[in-house]
Amino acid sequence: MAKTATRKTVAAAPSAERRAALAGQELSATGVRLAVLPPAERISLRAPEASVAALAKALGVTLPRKPKTSASKAGRTALWLGPDEWLIIDEAGKDPLADCAEVTALHSAVGISHRNIAISVTGPAAAAAVNSGCPQDLSLDAFPMGAASRTILGKVEIVLLRTAEDAFRVECWRSFSDYVFTFLSEATRDAAA
Amino acid sequence: MSGALRIPGAGRLSQAKTARFSFDGQSYSGIEGDTLASALLANGVHLVGRSFKYHRPRGFLSAGAEEPNALVEIKRDAARKTPNVRATVQELYDGLAAQSQNRWPSLAFDVGAVNDIASPLFSAGFYYKTFMWPKAAWKSLYEPKIRAAAGLGVAPDQPDPDHYSARFAHCDVLVLGGGAAGIAAALAAAETGVRVILADEQAEFGGSLRFESGAKIDGQDGFAWAQAAIARLKALDNVRVLSRATAFGYYAQNFVALVERVSDHLQNPGRDLPRERLWQVRAKRVVLATGAIERHMVFADNDRPGIMLASAARTYLNHYGVAVGRNVGVYTANDSAYAAAIDLKKAGVDVAAIVDLRDNPTGPVIDEARALGIEINFGRAVISAGGKLRVTSMTVQPKNGGGERTIPVDAILMSAGWTPSVHLFSQSRGKVAFNDETKRFVPGTYAQDCVSVGACNGTDGLSATIDEAYAAGAKAAKDTGAKAARGTKPKVDASESWSRGMLGAAPGAGPDTTVKAFVDFQNDVTAKDIRQAVHEGMRSIEHVKRFTTNGMATDQGKTSNMHGLAIAAETLGKPIPQVGLTTFRAPYTPVTFGSIVGHARGPLFDPTRKTAIHPWAEAQGAVFEDVGQWKRAWYFPKGGEDMHAAVDRECVTVRKTAGLFDASTLGKIEVVGPDAAKFMELLYTNPWEKLEPGRCRYGIMLREDGFIYDDGVVGRLAPDRFHVTTTTGGAPRVMNHMEDYLQTEFPHLNVWLTSTTEQWAVIAVQGPKSRDIIAPLVEGIDMSDEALPHMSVREGRICGVPTRLFRMSFSGERGFEVNVPADYGQAVWEALWAEGQKHGATAYGTEAMHVLRAEKGYIIVGQDTDGTVTPNDAGLDWAVGKKKTDFVGIRGMARPDLVAKGRKQLVGLKTKDPKVVLEEGAQVVADPKQAVPMKMIGHVTSSYWSENCGRSIALALVAGGRDRMGETLYVPMPDGVIEVEVAGMVFFDEKGERLNG
Repeated sequence: MAKTATRKTVAAAPSAERRAALAGQELSATGVRLAVLPPAERISLRAPEASVAALAKALGVTLPRKPKTSASKAGRTALWLGPDEWLIIDEAGKDPLADCAEVTALHSAVGISHRNIAISVTGPAAAAAVNSGCPQDLSLDAFPMGAASRTILGKVEIVLLRTAEDAFRVECWRSFSDYVFTFLSEATRDAAA
Repeated sequence: MSGALRIPGAGRLSQAKTARFSFDGQSYSGIEGDTLASALLANGVHLVGRSFKYHRPRGFLSAGAEEPNALVEIKRDAARKTPNVRATVQELYDGLAAQSQNRWPSLAFDVGAVNDIASPLFSAGFYYKTFMWPKAAWKSLYEPKIRAAAGLGVAPDQPDPDHYSARFAHCDVLVLGGGAAGIAAALAAAETGVRVILADEQAEFGGSLRFESGAKIDGQDGFAWAQAAIARLKALDNVRVLSRATAFGYYAQNFVALVERVSDHLQNPGRDLPRERLWQVRAKRVVLATGAIERHMVFADNDRPGIMLASAARTYLNHYGVAVGRNVGVYTANDSAYAAAIDLKKAGVDVAAIVDLRDNPTGPVIDEARALGIEINFGRAVISAGGKLRVTSMTVQPKNGGGERTIPVDAILMSAGWTPSVHLFSQSRGKVAFNDETKRFVPGTYAQDCVSVGACNGTDGLSATIDEAYAAGAKAAKDTGAKAARGTKPKVDASESWSRGMLGAAPGAGPDTTVKAFVDFQNDVTAKDIRQAVHEGMRSIEHVKRFTTNGMATDQGKTSNMHGLAIAAETLGKPIPQVGLTTFRAPYTPVTFGSIVGHARGPLFDPTRKTAIHPWAEAQGAVFEDVGQWKRAWYFPKGGEDMHAAVDRECVTVRKTAGLFDASTLGKIEVVGPDAAKFMELLYTNPWEKLEPGRCRYGIMLREDGFIYDDGVVGRLAPDRFHVTTTTGGAPRVMNHMEDYLQTEFPHLNVWLTSTTEQWAVIAVQGPKSRDIIAPLVEGIDMSDEALPHMSVREGRICGVPTRLFRMSFSGERGFEVNVPADYGQAVWEALWAEGQKHGATAYGTEAMHVLRAEKGYIIVGQDTDGTVTPNDAGLDWAVGKKKTDFVGIRGMARPDLVAKGRKQLVGLKTKDPKVVLEEGAQVVADPKQAVPMKMIGHVTSSYWSENCGRSIALALVAGGRDRMGETLYVPMPDGVIEVEVAGMVFFDEKGERLNG
């Protein structure tokens, strides 16, 4: 888009208010705390092996090749979701879609910033709370810090990322966030057991 | 006081902590640590239930999970009534209230007991034979009566107020069963540092160490050793110890389901405490240490209250300090009952006599019993028991016949031997093998990474058990990659052991055909029932089981299966292994629905999906309908409007000025890559290669069989990027369908699919004023008809946020669909709404959307199609690329039946009386005067009142429909036949001029 048009837009219409699902919701229970995380920039990145290096360079973050892993740098995380699939989450306010637009190597980058919302689950009983509905082995050996997986919670799909020994980021689609938050809230009641 | 039969100094419970409880309204005292069974027995209560079929008085058979008789209802409040609770596992708490079941008017005097006298009418398989005719009476009379009469316990009639929790867990070694074997295995595994879960169904670990007074391990009493070992295990970080947790299902790849009873034993469970917790455990290795269950002796009237398993009597004495009688008799075919007699005798209880079916057994327990002065009768059988509500005597006879002698007793302890608990092993798909020497089925061929240890493996003796279990625990850990164990094996200083026993009916069980010698107490199956089943032609044990219902009650035949099998084998004249064992199935013991359901109740029963614009619609008082998991605004009633009035107004307003519609739920898929157009060509009937970026096309997707699968408008954003929309309900399956074909049929294509359904909120603005409403808010897009013609798409900004603006119409009016990132959806909607208000626009819901599209003859996949409709049937030939040589469904579409004449085709129907609205699904016939059943030639798929047309409109699939234009057809309804005329599918603005109006 032309620069003049962009400037004109900003001048003409005040930006519409962003109303994220469940914005600011949180809940504390014995041993575990839930909090809906602020909006982030996200893309779904698909690419063959040959394009990985160029994309990683443009994005400024390693694109991990090993299942159930992620890589993180300067507020940007790349989660391995499949042999040619990554979820890129940018919490530093930079747009990974724009970074990929520069890359000529074969790939598909699709913006999904608004598709997902993230809920953090933290505390000594965080793993137990997630395990209330997620069948993954969340021991530190099997699911160490930085481990990531597209998996399920109860009846819905989530992407799970371990951000610390006792902290997880649960990503789900916007309309499932109510279910996920409610599910985790139920689970927290029993997680410290 | 906690009961007259509590023996001072006996048992392990502290007398200091009493708990009051009631049974059938009568108050009693027990001690904390009691089960309901031990507390009742301490008060001399044996009669606790009536049997299933014959309503015979019943008492406690066991002291554990195998209990078939003592099933009671526990009532906490009106909603918390649990039927069929085994009193032998229900832990006592202060205030517990229990009721007996299956009796009226009272437990001691039960009218239903007439069934016992009339029992010749209710022989095995009676329901297959007795109620054959008249046929109609089965459903209306016999079945309901039999069901009402035969029920055991009453299901609660209120929603369950408790909540249930769930947990997935992984471990290296899962040990099931917490007796000596399980504890030894867990210790060995835990000491290597691997992750161990040890589970036992009881409140306290120890298994049979609860009653084995002769066991000494590491210098301590066996039960005390168990408690110390558990304390040690609990202190380890790598071990999870679960008590009150029953492993009830063993599934593929070492996936084991356990239910942990969290609060059923508590007087006042906190509100946050779940009632039960379901554990779904994936283990690298499983150690089965599930023990063995004692069998009863099969003789006449062996079900009288006061007759129980010897090990149960011993448990009540040695653990709970309760004597099950003051003058007991013992009937046995193996040594283990002697230990019970010895313990009771030493505790001061009179032992009237031991009756031993064996001829001349020898051994230390026999010597000890004799030394204590107990009368022992070898080679004799108990042929019947006296008493009704409580056993009063046993009649003894030499086993090969001879003089009878009746001995007064108030309890009979019996033991026919022990059955290894191979339930979980069998559930793991392992094959059991019959050991002919010991006459028992033990684990044979393993199907999974598990091992059986101790009594469940047929290992006799505590020393051998601990050796085997400790080695197995260490090996299981090693197999998962652990180092060698660092601990020391528990040392057995003293132990008990016993011999084999017998299977099947003892002499007192007949051959008499009137004798009731029970094999299966819970289902009232007797030895003669099993013989009768064989006599009537059942050969397979599976048939015998179903004909007699032996082993089919909730106790799953834990005490009865082996006896039933032996009697059947004997009657058939075949060895036991040739007759075979019935299959063990989950659950091992009954499991509540609550624990299976877990969190999935109320709001968590199924996800409720709401769009970004939902809060606005809710605030406007919209009525919502469920579309799959989505809540969609159905209509927006104003000032007391009913649905009709609201929908009529919405429809008229859209065509007169404009309407706003939340279309966010439409499925969206972004198809990206250099081969995107090639892929689209293959997945859709339409041509895509030549569609210019910035233009849209209505696409149809077929299944391989040539029938319509989904449809939607697709916009080409760039040469290598398509924005595909699908139906709301079809979104997930269309994505799967595309991904499936991409991965399996077209993997050579460089294209990727991303679901963007939830990335975009979609606001449809439809109507002559739609452009006027949108234009003031849009930046960077020329909205003129020349620059943005019908079926085109542009990217730009609206209200300062990015938009993909589609010019398209599902109403036949000039229309747009504004896509904005979902979080902006509501704000942009509100801005458009404010603009719309200047023009008198309305918000409209899914019902008006349906009417508007039907007025234009636009189909809805899934409503006007049903999976058997081709594009031609639906009048959509124009959307099939005639020059295309390949797409999914192209060959299916050419099948002879799919191109045959006379197929059902989608047409319009106009009722002769314009005020009459047809019912959707109504059948269409050509001649209403024909006899019923009439020949149906089609059915109505969509039907509405159209305020815009001033008449009813309908779409229908009618055989040869397009050749019937103008014909009169008929729709027969219960209150008369409706005349209709076949018409085109477009009812409004046939020329389509309003798209640019």
